[in-house]
Amino acid sequence: MLRFLIRRLIVALLVAATVLTLAFALTRLSGDLAISIAGPNATQQDVELVRKAYGLDRPLIVQFGSWVGRAAVGDFGESYFFKQRVASLIGERMPITVTLGLVGLAIALAISLPLGVLAAAQEGRLADRIVQGITLIGQAMPSFWLGLILMILFGIRLGWLPVSGTGSWQHFVMPGIVLAFTAVPALTRLTRSGMIQALSSDYIRTARAKGLSRLSILLKHALRNAAIPVVAIAAVQLGFMLGGSIVIESVFALHGVGFLAWESIGKNDFPVVQAVVLVLAVIYVGLTLAADLVNAVLDPRLRGQ
Amino acid sequence: MSEALLDIAGLRVTFAGGTAAVRGTAIAVNRGETHCLVGESGCGKSVSALAVMNLLARGASRSADRLRFAGEDLLSLSDTGMARLRGNRMAMIFQEPMTSLNPAYTVGSQMTEVHRRHKGSSRQVATDRAAEMLARVGITAPGMRLGQFPHQLSGGLRQRVMIAMALMCDPELLIADEPTTALDVTVQAQILRLLAGLQRDLGLAVLLITHDLGIVARVADRVSVMYAGEVVESARTNDLFARPQHPYTRGLLDCVPVPGKIRPGEPLGSIPGVVPRVRAGFQGCGFRDRCAFAMPECAAEVPRHAAGEAHDYLCRLAADWSGLRGAA
Repeated sequence: MLRFLIRRLIVALLVAATVLTLAFALTRLSGDLAISIAGPNATQQDVELVRKAYGLDRPLIVQFGSWVGRAAVGDFGESYFFKQRVASLIGERMPITVTLGLVGLAIALAISLPLGVLAAAQEGRLADRIVQGITLIGQAMPSFWLGLILMILFGIRLGWLPVSGTGSWQHFVMPGIVLAFTAVPALTRLTRSGMIQALSSDYIRTARAKGLSRLSILLKHALRNAAIPVVAIAAVQLGFMLGGSIVIESVFALHGVGFLAWESIGKNDFPVVQAVVLVLAVIYVGLTLAADLVNAVLDPRLRGQ
Repeated sequence: MSEALLDIAGLRVTFAGGTAAVRGTAIAVNRGETHCLVGESGCGKSVSALAVMNLLARGASRSADRLRFAGEDLLSLSDTGMARLRGNRMAMIFQEPMTSLNPAYTVGSQMTEVHRRHKGSSRQVATDRAAEMLARVGITAPGMRLGQFPHQLSGGLRQRVMIAMALMCDPELLIADEPTTALDVTVQAQILRLLAGLQRDLGLAVLLITHDLGIVARVADRVSVMYAGEVVESARTNDLFARPQHPYTRGLLDCVPVPGKIRPGEPLGSIPGVVPRVRAGFQGCGFRDRCAFAMPECAAEVPRHAAGEAHDYLCRLAADWSGLRGAA
């Protein structure tokens, strides 16, 4: 178990280092930063001043070294646009994004696991067809459109839920549902196919020969084996939800990290962009690692290797 | 004669595609005896056993004239009623020890759950019972094995665990579907010896499915030979080996080298062809295409002949046609 952990940790660190380099390189590739910081009306002299002030005149490798050195201790510099420390800027926005992501994932799992199990248990029958239909519709439905429909229905017509903002838990219900819907089709189908495969295996025949209850066969013996690919994909989906919730954050005016990234890209606020990319990447890597650990708990065969 | 523990008559299983896998099988397993079901691959042995346990895959339909276990009518039992019998009073082990245990749970967890379900025992009682059963099937350090996962055990050990698990609730009947086929030869012998010992000590009735006549000769009290979904001959073991009646049984026996009976240089017998896939509605003898004695009448319904006490066979040929033996 310990060796498994160490190996996964090393891989995770390598991935994080790669992303760090890419995040740095991409912002430098997008044009001369000094010119964009100085603004459109700046003279050549202003640009040179900015270049010196921000240290952009130093060799790239030195810039990279100093950025990495400071990023390692959580110092991402100052935002040009917000005139605020990048770390505290992200720190303010992160809870909103994380809450939204976790709510989204929880809703997604609460929908897809039962649907997938039901479809597999009723393979080829009506319930299975209905579930497959739902996943197809879910797949085809754009999330901003679903967001707007929900807003009109629950926010305006019925007045049950607030339409925008982040004041209370109710604010996270609709965006959470919309976000969940991006993951439900994939997770449902994965659960279904995993369950169908598990249910046709020899150990399920053994479980039936032991006279176990249908519930125990489905939920104890089959689901645990079917859950392994689901966990891996759920982690990736949560990563998408955290990093890719820009559309939903703007539809519901939730000022989370996704929204911050979108603003900063538009304003060429490269310290923020770099930091957001890095933080999200580290979270991504962390999630993958967490998924590996959960799977090692689920499947003892993974632990020994 | 008292009623058999497992009494099957007219058992039929048809698959969704129309294949008649079992066509009117009759088998009676008495208490405390080992009954072997032999035949080539695809002749319906396993399907018959799964049908008794009501473990057939979806799409297979089962019917029978009579299907009774310990006086209880299995045909009229609900799914829940059947689940209460399975693993409790009738248990089954399978051909594939490598995949028959759930990889995600420890040996102990899988063994105890069956006892806790059927006997309502506490975790402690069930664990003690599991350790006792592991020791009973010849596993040393049962306490350590209980905490292990299937992938940490060899094939032979896993089959022993399967046997121990099947016997957790002290069943009256154990159905063993080719339990040694996937194991190497030395382990096969150990497992067979173990099964025979358990059968004797616990007074178990065993329905042993095999295609290995050597195994039959060693352990069986009675033998039923299956061909194309039917029991073509059924007899006491000695009787069957001494006086096989059905041409198929004779063919099978000729395929086995018997020390003292076979002369050096003489080729072993073989049966040309393969078991046919029989569709629903098939009439007559299933073996007629491969039989050296087939005659036009074989396409009509075949009578069942008696050939002595508790010995019957399904063929047009009259009993004791031993004179024809050389021709087979």
